[in-house]
Amino acid sequence: MATNPAQRREGASASRARLGDRYRAWRHHHSLSAADSLRRVLDNPVSSVLTWLVIGIAMALPAALGIALDNARAVSGSWDSPAQISLFLEAEVDERQASELQRELGERGDIDAARLVPRDAALAEFAELSGFADVVASLEQNPLPHLLLVEPAAGVDPAQLRETFAALPAVDQAVLDMAWVQRLNNIMELSRRLVLALGGVLVLGVVLILGNTIRLAIESRRDEIVIVKLVGGSNAFVRRPFLYTGLWYGVGGGFFSALLVLAALFFLDGPVSHLASLYQSGFALQGIGLIGSLQLILLGGLLGLAGAWLAVSRHLGAIEPR
Amino acid sequence: MIQFERVSKRYAEGHDALREISLEIAPDDLVFLTGHSGAGKSTLLRLIMLMDRPSRGKVRVDGRDLATIGSRGIPAHRRNIGVVFQNHQLLFDRTVFDNVALPLVIAGYDHREIGRRVRAALDKVGLLARERAMPVTLSGGEQQRVGIARAVVGRPRILLADEPTGNLDPALSAEIMALFEAFNQVGVTVLIASHDLALISRLQHRIITLRDGQLVGGAA
Ligand SMILES: Nc1ncnc2c1ncn2[C@@H]1O[C@H](COP(=O)(O)OP(=O)(O)OP(=O)(O)O)[C@@H](O)[C@H]1O
Ligand SMILES: [Mg+2]
Repeated sequence: MATNPAQRREGASASRARLGDRYRAWRHHHSLSAADSLRRVLDNPVSSVLTWLVIGIAMALPAALGIALDNARAVSGSWDSPAQISLFLEAEVDERQASELQRELGERGDIDAARLVPRDAALAEFAELSGFADVVASLEQNPLPHLLLVEPAAGVDPAQLRETFAALPAVDQAVLDMAWVQRLNNIMELSRRLVLALGGVLVLGVVLILGNTIRLAIESRRDEIVIVKLVGGSNAFVRRPFLYTGLWYGVGGGFFSALLVLAALFFLDGPVSHLASLYQSGFALQGIGLIGSLQLILLGGLLGLAGAWLAVSRHLGAIEPR
Repeated sequence: MIQFERVSKRYAEGHDALREISLEIAPDDLVFLTGHSGAGKSTLLRLIMLMDRPSRGKVRVDGRDLATIGSRGIPAHRRNIGVVFQNHQLLFDRTVFDNVALPLVIAGYDHREIGRRVRAALDKVGLLARERAMPVTLSGGEQQRVGIARAVVGRPRILLADEPTGNLDPALSAEIMALFEAFNQVGVTVLIASHDLALISRLQHRIITLRDGQLVGGAA
């Protein structure tokens, strides 16, 4: 195709700006889209605040439950380790050997205390507490073994200690008395999973809510999208302001969720410290802190982007000039 | 610059909007496209800017077969073509300036350059004083001229116009046509769809005539 050089230059300047300029223009369009989207969000304060609240509540719920769980863990962790290991000695071990073993155990570093309950004392205690004194008196010989009650030192895994003692030749049975601790741990683990599942569902909800909000925004600007596409706007160009809209809704929602959690903690702080003082505990509620709040806002922003992306990829392609 | 090789366009309902059209428009040509309402003028322009694809045949723009341009390539293709639409297609919540600036913003021009070029384009169509106005406050003819300014602001090599004088009085129509001739003078290929036969026959340019989707004159 024959064209003169002057025309070439005209055409080239129309289609291509210099690379550095393009980068600057691209960044400029980003800040333009961001500002324009923010202005549109703020131009409808009522509906925007409602959207933020919905997202804030949906995010605050799992966040608050997670914090409650952290606090419960802190409370249960602050209790003294109640673990106690009962060592039932072999029947043929006599009292002298038993107290020898008690002395040996008492010297171990991983044990706080070892107490010997001789079989006669145990029987006497049993007779007294059970009310079967007559029956016990009629026994020809004492059926009970000597018993050593061992308290593990702090920081020692009681289960492992139990294994060690069970392997001792003088020990018939070693019983770790901490079923309730395990039960508590199980409950905690179950709660943690419930909170995670709830969080997952609500996160999905937030993404869908935002996706729908962005879909409506796209719908209301259909004419504009058509025109931009007609004069050569790429999909990325058309997409950009809507992604920012999603970001702003998400960030605002995250901010509101942090506010809600802070309000709830503030509300609970008085009663909790009163309760703690009744039990002479120094326990204080752990809040979310600055980092936690920022994380909520960041998470909100990410969810907003995800929702916007969902809406944009589903609905923008369908809008073509006709 | 623009070539049609036995191009047909059949819409989904089975209506043939264009039949076996073959034509060639040279660079720096100014060509009028005429014909009765429904003859296929808009359809022909839509094929050039890839708002539609032909059912059969080949369209080339600047030597390039448009069938080789995928959906990702369409925006870049459109940025090389200025279009004045039959129904203006202005953004009614933006100022005149912002409307005209849109192609430059999309193409990624620096904002000082945008300001310079937008004012130059508005000056050419005589609307420099209205750059801060909103399109609704303009008359139909003024809106049409905003559309023209937007079409030429990116200095495209091809300018398509669909009924650009549809809403204008004869004096203004003649002025607008003179404007298109001026763009053509600096080397822009111009294709104008119009049924204002009185006006276009007075101007000494090639006229392509369509009837019921068929070429009846001016194919050259
Ligand atoms: N999207 C479409 N779907 C189905 N038929 C269409 C479509 N667009 C146009 N047509 C038909 O194709 C034919 C040509 O239409 P076109 O818009 O090209 O005419 P035109 O010459 O531009 O008319 P006018 O001067 O009224 O603008 C018409 O009969 C029209 O009904
Ligand atoms: Mg038409």
